[in-house]
Amino acid sequence: MKIHQITIQAGIDKLGNSERLPDLQIKKGEIFGIVGPTGSGKSQLIADIEQLAQGDTASKRKILINGEIPTHELRTDPRKKMVAQLSQNMNFFADMPVADFLRLHAKCRGKNNVDIKHVISIANTLTGEPINESDNLTILSGGQTRALMVADVAIISESPIVLIDEIENAGIKKHEALQLLSGEGKIILVVTHDPVLALSAQKRIIMRNGGMRDIITSTYREQQIALQLNNIDQYILSLREEVRAGKKIEQVNFEVLQQEWSTCSTCL
Amino acid sequence: MKFIIVAGTPGAGKTAVLIHTIKVLLHQNIKPAVVKIDCLYSDDPKRFASLGVPVQLGLSMDMCPDHFSIYNTDAILEFARVQNSEFLIMETAGLCHRCAPYTTNSLGVCVIDATSGPNNPMKVGPFLSCADIVVITKGDMISQAEREIFRQCILETNPNCSIIEANGLSGQGASELAMQIKSTEKNVSEKESLRHNAPFAVCTLCAGEKRIGASYHRGLLRKMNGMQEYVGE
Repeated sequence: MKIHQITIQAGIDKLGNSERLPDLQIKKGEIFGIVGPTGSGKSQLIADIEQLAQGDTASKRKILINGEIPTHELRTDPRKKMVAQLSQNMNFFADMPVADFLRLHAKCRGKNNVDIKHVISIANTLTGEPINESDNLTILSGGQTRALMVADVAIISESPIVLIDEIENAGIKKHEALQLLSGEGKIILVVTHDPVLALSAQKRIIMRNGGMRDIITSTYREQQIALQLNNIDQYILSLREEVRAGKKIEQVNFEVLQQEWSTCSTCL
Repeated sequence: MKFIIVAGTPGAGKTAVLIHTIKVLLHQNIKPAVVKIDCLYSDDPKRFASLGVPVQLGLSMDMCPDHFSIYNTDAILEFARVQNSEFLIMETAGLCHRCAPYTTNSLGVCVIDATSGPNNPMKVGPFLSCADIVVITKGDMISQAEREIFRQCILETNPNCSIIEANGLSGQGASELAMQIKSTEKNVSEKESLRHNAPFAVCTLCAGEKRIGASYHRGLLRKMNGMQEYVGE
């Protein structure tokens, strides 16, 4: 089944009022950000999409695929599932080795030819200390867990709709992780507090009190700012890697940052 | 009468899921009678009563809670009849994994906590494998991959069940459970029997023996090596 678009039919906010934003269509190839204070319902919104909610969740939203109500099978059978979700969870509960877990998940998704070693090596590009296939899932650190979840979502759950919840908060390489998860022609929703990620998305949904309040289309100027913020971000991340590697930071190239800021302020 | 038996490990969210489900049923003008079985103490009847449904509490005290609910099934059904309820929901204490309290013509609902790990569906035994509906709770606390694996493990244990992913806090899944309760075609009969036998419980421990040591015990006993025998007169 090919997906052209999904529709989020508005529901209610935490007070039971109708959401201010009416029904929303997201088309193939679009990247949407989801922003708002903590507790404003961002994770609920992507949980609704993950389950293809039909008015049966707290928000009463309904999710349509290509304008139609999805079948029960489409909603429940992992082999037919069209949604891959990276949630905020930072730990695993399953008491088993990494390789067994990945194999079991590939089986659930009906994928028989998944190279487990490849999935683990991808995860290891995102994290510091490498994950071994014989490691027990429950002993992995928060960052290792997240990295493995990213690789699992990108390769084993590979789906036309991708939901990403706060990729920036696990100490993994967020740009690389985002790159892995995104792909041409997918529908991507990214919950984020990170201005670099939020401004890079084509549109962003503003959440408040459990409801979708507004939608902002990123302007050309915002896209430019995002690129420049990205440079600053990369610079800070490179410093982070040096600190992590146990190096001393003798000097910070403030000039680079200031240059970025001055070009930034001219475009503001 | 429709007899809905809800079993599940302690803390899995049986009561929370039921509270939301009963609210949906009440909206559809269905007023079920509720019976809660527990061992020593339970606050849950107050929570059910606040919804305005008739509630009865059964405390098993010294008796095995599952044996207690099975033994008292007639009385429980009679309670619902007196209340003129067409639907009777019984929530069991569900402590031991070996009992499955479902009767042949009841709607058996198993509530299971997704954070208990993917090996759990294999461990819990007949109360999952004999259920008509398996309700998975706390799925929001684990990753999508683990949810999918957990679901698969349930289907391997009970291929014919219908699975509902629920959330006891938000009420997600309650409308689907209510819909399945409402549309069940099973009617409790005069001659109900258990779907699965309860474990043997005829031994000196059942009669109050507290001393440790094999020599103190009589009855139908099973050893670590799997040998099972009757010791006694």
